[in-house]
Amino acid sequence: MAKRSFLISGVDKRLLIKDSLKTMPDLTRRRFIAGGASLGALTLLTGCDVVDSSSAEEMLKSVSKFNDAVQAFIFNPDALAPTFPESAITKPFPFNAYYDLDDAPDVDGADWKLEVRGLVDNKKSWTLPELYKLPQVTQITRHICVEGWSAIGSWTGTSLRDFLKLVGADTRAKYVWFQCADKDGYNSPLDMRTALHPQTQMTFKYANEILPRAYGFPMKIRVPTKLGFKNPKYVVSMEVTNDYKGGYWEDQGYNSFSGS
Amino acid sequence: MSSLTMTDEQTSAIRAKVIQPVWVRVMHWTNAVAMILMILSGWQIYNASPLFGFSFPREYTLGGWLGGGLLWHFAAMWLLMVNGLAYLVTGFATGRFRKKLLPITPSGVLHDVRAALTFKLGHDDLTVYNYVQRLLYAGIIVVGVLIVLSGLSMWKPVQLYYLVKLFGDYPTARYVHFFCMAAICAFLVVHVLLAFLVPKSLRAMIIGR
Repeated sequence: MAKRSFLISGVDKRLLIKDSLKTMPDLTRRRFIAGGASLGALTLLTGCDVVDSSSAEEMLKSVSKFNDAVQAFIFNPDALAPTFPESAITKPFPFNAYYDLDDAPDVDGADWKLEVRGLVDNKKSWTLPELYKLPQVTQITRHICVEGWSAIGSWTGTSLRDFLKLVGADTRAKYVWFQCADKDGYNSPLDMRTALHPQTQMTFKYANEILPRAYGFPMKIRVPTKLGFKNPKYVVSMEVTNDYKGGYWEDQGYNSFSGS
Repeated sequence: MSSLTMTDEQTSAIRAKVIQPVWVRVMHWTNAVAMILMILSGWQIYNASPLFGFSFPREYTLGGWLGGGLLWHFAAMWLLMVNGLAYLVTGFATGRFRKKLLPITPSGVLHDVRAALTFKLGHDDLTVYNYVQRLLYAGIIVVGVLIVLSGLSMWKPVQLYYLVKLFGDYPTARYVHFFCMAAICAFLVVHVLLAFLVPKSLRAMIIGR
């Protein structure tokens, strides 16, 4: 029974769809405060009228920005996420997305190219065979979902830090912004200090096999110091930038730093 | 001089009547608000990936969806932590914890539990906590510390990995966090019930006397 919690939720199809629906923000999320505002106690919290959902939302957004700053402050670029032995790997590793596996991007590896844009010296696009030639390492780390469940997996790929150096990226820039092949344009910004973290990886393999479609073929960015939604899959481009360009979930209210 | 002495006596006479000093009352109600916000938003977060075979009813969750629940949770946590820390520091510094909550002896607890269950536990002097109160109040402070530590472990499992180690691993910290919440809810039920059964204790927590 205890194992039911996160193992099967990503595997059993019915549960998966149920989970995905839950994760999906409802259309009324703009008024997400209204649901709780009827609880009289809330008016005690601030001077602002919490029944007016927009002012509460503004307050929560500013606290979330404050939390971004706090997290950036306590982020230690040398602190490594714990690594595990192979025996600790969660099997099967859950597929997780806000859509069903059948709707996941189906990228043709032969046509795919990684576009590199922004504040970099070399803006050349990279094919898969070119990327596969770069040095790779394997890491067994815990993936922690914003929903609370976690699973241990084995990811193999190239250090993003090394790749950024290779393409001559301006590592004083604030963000590396990733765009994905998802049809509604999944994207996510990664703060530069996390991008340069020794464990942040351009991942090409899961469990020593070429990354399957479920886990983000052809390339995933594995960031063991961030929550799962900041580990983009099906990546098609990266842009080194000083502008905060937002992200799929970040724009809907998930905390932007969301670091572990 | 005599008038001065009188004033002092009057003051101390009024002081003697104060059961709950202002700082206790302010921090108590601040904590009440913070706890309720944390629990209701926490239930929203729990529902995104339940640990057990049940979810909390939507009407009793805060935030509307997971993202909203998280925003509330990580906002109210500051209120809870700052207030809680101030309470612990003041409680130790003023000697209130020592004076009010200690000693807790097993025989005293047994005696007062028996008295409480047979409705013979007196509440004549609200300035002295009985052994059941001492145990529950001291216990809930420990639970409060544990729920914050397990919460911090889940929020920052890499930066605060030594905290995670304290609980074993990340999934265990989640269970600890959940059971601490359950303990606080159970405490809340008993606490509120007793406050209404002994209304002068509720009055003391509002106006001090």
